[in-house]
Amino acid sequence: MSKLDLSYLIDHRGHVWALTVDHIELSLTALVIALPIAIVLGVLAVRFRPLSWPILTLVGILYTIPSLAFLAFLIPSAGIGRKPALIILVVYAQVFLVRNIITGLNGVNPDTLEAARGVGMTGAQVFWKVWLPLALPVIIAGIRIALVTIIGIASITAWINAGGLGDLLFVGINRDYPAMVLAGVVAIVALALVTDLGIRLIEWLTPVARARRAGGA
Amino acid sequence: MERTISTDDLSSHADSEHHGSAVRLENVTKRYGDDSLPAVDDVSLTIDPGELVILLGPSGSGKTTLLKMINRLYEPTSGQIWIDNTEVHDLKPPQLRRHIGYVIQQSGLFPHMRVADNIAVVPKLLGWDKKRIARRVDELLALVDLPPQTYRRRYPSQLSGGEQQRVGLARALAAEPTTMLMDEPFGALDAITRAHLQDELLRIHRQLEQTVLFVTHDIEEAVRLAQKIVVMRDGRVVQYDTPVRIVTQPANEFVAELVGADDVLRRMSLLPVDLAIEPLAHFAANGVPEISRDSYLRDALSQLVESGADHLVVVDNNDHPVGALSLESIQRAAAPPEHPATPAAVAD
Ligand SMILES: Nc1ncnc2c1ncn2[C@@H]1O[C@H](COP(=O)(O)OP(=O)(O)OP(=O)(O)O)[C@@H](O)[C@H]1O
Ligand SMILES: [Mg+2]
Repeated sequence: MSKLDLSYLIDHRGHVWALTVDHIELSLTALVIALPIAIVLGVLAVRFRPLSWPILTLVGILYTIPSLAFLAFLIPSAGIGRKPALIILVVYAQVFLVRNIITGLNGVNPDTLEAARGVGMTGAQVFWKVWLPLALPVIIAGIRIALVTIIGIASITAWINAGGLGDLLFVGINRDYPAMVLAGVVAIVALALVTDLGIRLIEWLTPVARARRAGGA
Repeated sequence: MERTISTDDLSSHADSEHHGSAVRLENVTKRYGDDSLPAVDDVSLTIDPGELVILLGPSGSGKTTLLKMINRLYEPTSGQIWIDNTEVHDLKPPQLRRHIGYVIQQSGLFPHMRVADNIAVVPKLLGWDKKRIARRVDELLALVDLPPQTYRRRYPSQLSGGEQQRVGLARALAAEPTTMLMDEPFGALDAITRAHLQDELLRIHRQLEQTVLFVTHDIEEAVRLAQKIVVMRDGRVVQYDTPVRIVTQPANEFVAELVGADDVLRRMSLLPVDLAIEPLAHFAANGVPEISRDSYLRDALSQLVESGADHLVVVDNNDHPVGALSLESIQRAAAPPEHPATPAAVAD
């Protein structure tokens, strides 16, 4: 790979696009599964403070397992394909999601929450109208980091036939076809960048971010 | 068990005319831990409808705890609290709180909502229609002296501390509550802003006549606002009386010290000129400075000093002379109180 050979990317753009869609599908599926789990863990940790240390430690340790080792470990029980890939992606995403859900919710001023109760909101109204909106920027930042991480790790799970853009990397390496590898790398980086920007835009649109911009802070 | 009963008692329905609720506490005690000293200790208290009552006491004396039991942010360990004929325990807390205005020091506003949305919170919870809410928001902004066009769309972070407290006050007033709970609402403001807001509160209270319970540990603020003062110490009510009587007849040395009853200027700013009035006959009324019967001894003293006159003529609202004041009569009326625990002053 001495020079930037974009021929594969250009000549097979239909195939690269199909793999990109597949990659997005795998990543979003992982996020959709990961998020409810993280919400449960995060809310548990916020509600019952003593649980937050064990929960954070657990998801932190799981994240430090090297992905290839994790994959090899899963093959005997979960086989190969989408299923073990999703398991890994969901597990890795937890650390970012849970940590930011906890930080976000705990970061809201308790006096503001008491004021919300004080004016007559029910518990659910306090959560949806005040607590969650105020925690949202931090939580969305967690989702952004989690999703970008998922997109990166989802290129490695192609090794166990989970599909996605990682195919280009592994097949390209096997066939000693640098242009194919490069096409995969470019597509993955582009996808990660677009995702990052897209979610930053969502963060920018939250009420808290608007209020912050208005206040000049 | 909680019954669902009507909250009609708790808010007035007439659009322009408000009135306050009677608030009654019966043997209310609050302990935070099983073995700890009570934060509020067997307090019984009746607050008349429409009265502005100040809870005054040193830090930790239980003022906030007492206040928060009224809107059920805290539950009493024992005792009962009534608003008019409703025991607060019989209402679901959210329902109760929507009919009690609540103002706290800082961070009371929701930072992610614009001023208009902050004020609209309670009307929205009560299901008012949009037009009515929009009208009410502008009305309230005008009431607290913030031009609606300028302030409606601002976020709390775009307001000064004083403006934030005005919005907090407007939010608390939104659904026309007949009871207002205010926990050191002006505590974080500079002296000038605080004085402005105190005036606004007095004006609004005169206009709407809600019952107001207002916590402070600032004695100046207390005597400025209060119709009655509840002096608290260690969770108990030490004295419950008008500011004048608290300053002239403190129940004990603690009260005397807390309110600075020995401060002659403070006494004079609380005592009406009526107390020092002398028959007019002694004085020639021509060219003598006049003072209104509604003034306080402190005003009379400054007028005496400024004008250099040796007496003033007191006039009623129709400018009819009703009596006179002299330095001696002021001195007599403003003499230090004799409170039980303090040794009597030795006369010269
Ligand atoms: N949530 C709580 N848990 C345990 N103890 C509390 C709690 N809130 C208050 N206390 C205790 O109850 C007592 C009364 O506190 P409270 O906040 O009512 O006093 P306060 O008169 O409002 O004081 P300040 O003027 O400082 O606001 C204090 O001894 C305080 O430590
Ligand atoms: Mg307090």
